[in-house]
Amino acid sequence: MKISLEQFDKAFENRIRLQIMSVLVANESYDFNSLKELLELTDGNLASHLKALEKEAYMEVQKSFIGRKPNTRYSVTEKGRAAFKKHLQALENLIKQQKL
Amino acid sequence: MEEKDIHAELSSIRDLMERSAKFISLSGLSGVMAGIYALIGAGIGYNLLKTGNYEGDNIVFITELFLVAFAVLIFSIGTGFWLSYKKARKIGRPFWSTGSKRLLINMAIPLVSGGLFTFILIYHGHYGIVAPATLIFYGLALVAGSHYTYSGVKSLGIIEILLGLLAALIPGYGLLLWTIGFGVLHIIYGAVMHFKYDS
Repeated sequence: MKISLEQFDKAFENRIRLQIMSVLVANESYDFNSLKELLELTDGNLASHLKALEKEAYMEVQKSFIGRKPNTRYSVTEKGRAAFKKHLQALENLIKQQKL
Repeated sequence: MEEKDIHAELSSIRDLMERSAKFISLSGLSGVMAGIYALIGAGIGYNLLKTGNYEGDNIVFITELFLVAFAVLIFSIGTGFWLSYKKARKIGRPFWSTGSKRLLINMAIPLVSGGLFTFILIYHGHYGIVAPATLIFYGLALVAGSHYTYSGVKSLGIIEILLGLLAALIPGYGLLLWTIGFGVLHIIYGAVMHFKYDS
């Protein structure tokens, strides 16, 4: 049975973005390289998805240096957390509706 | 999107949330090995206690006992690192990850404090509460670390703390309770973890 996707967040339509958000809501913050390793993505691919989430203001970027190496960390915003919760709720609701 | 896709999506989200925050390559077998080392160490300690002639020379005995305990610690940590590293490679996860770093830092704080505190106890000659102190601080380290690995580690930590308190309450049973806490419990928990998660 097909389900309409209207109540879903457009930003999470892409699977990788939803995965990135899952990691960020479970952690205070996460750095670029760990995220890359965990999700097994290329630099460019991950960067483009992060840009998209940043544009929605779902997460924030903190740039700093550890010694001379740049360290970029990402953390979820309140807006992002709320959107993620809503999206999960929508997924769960769909399952419940189908059970009826 | 079909229903089974939604289920797959939800379970992949749950898996990622857990995997990103926790170190799940901790080897159960290394717990069993740590327990065996502790039993051997306790055996040596008991023999020292029985056969040694330490009249008025407590410090030699304490030093020997301390060296045995230290060797047990080094062997346990070494085996833990080695087997966990092997397990991480086998399941294709990074060993040095956000989860393992957090686990180490959060366990190191109570462990290092406890280690220094134990040195101070020995320095002041309070030998009777060395065993309870190591049990209590080790238990606290497990509880602190449990947020970053398997949740079963937390209950092990609580039992270690209770054993430590019991050892402090009834003097003379330090070695016995230490043997239960570091030997027997590690073997039981390690075996349970091994069969639950490793195989």
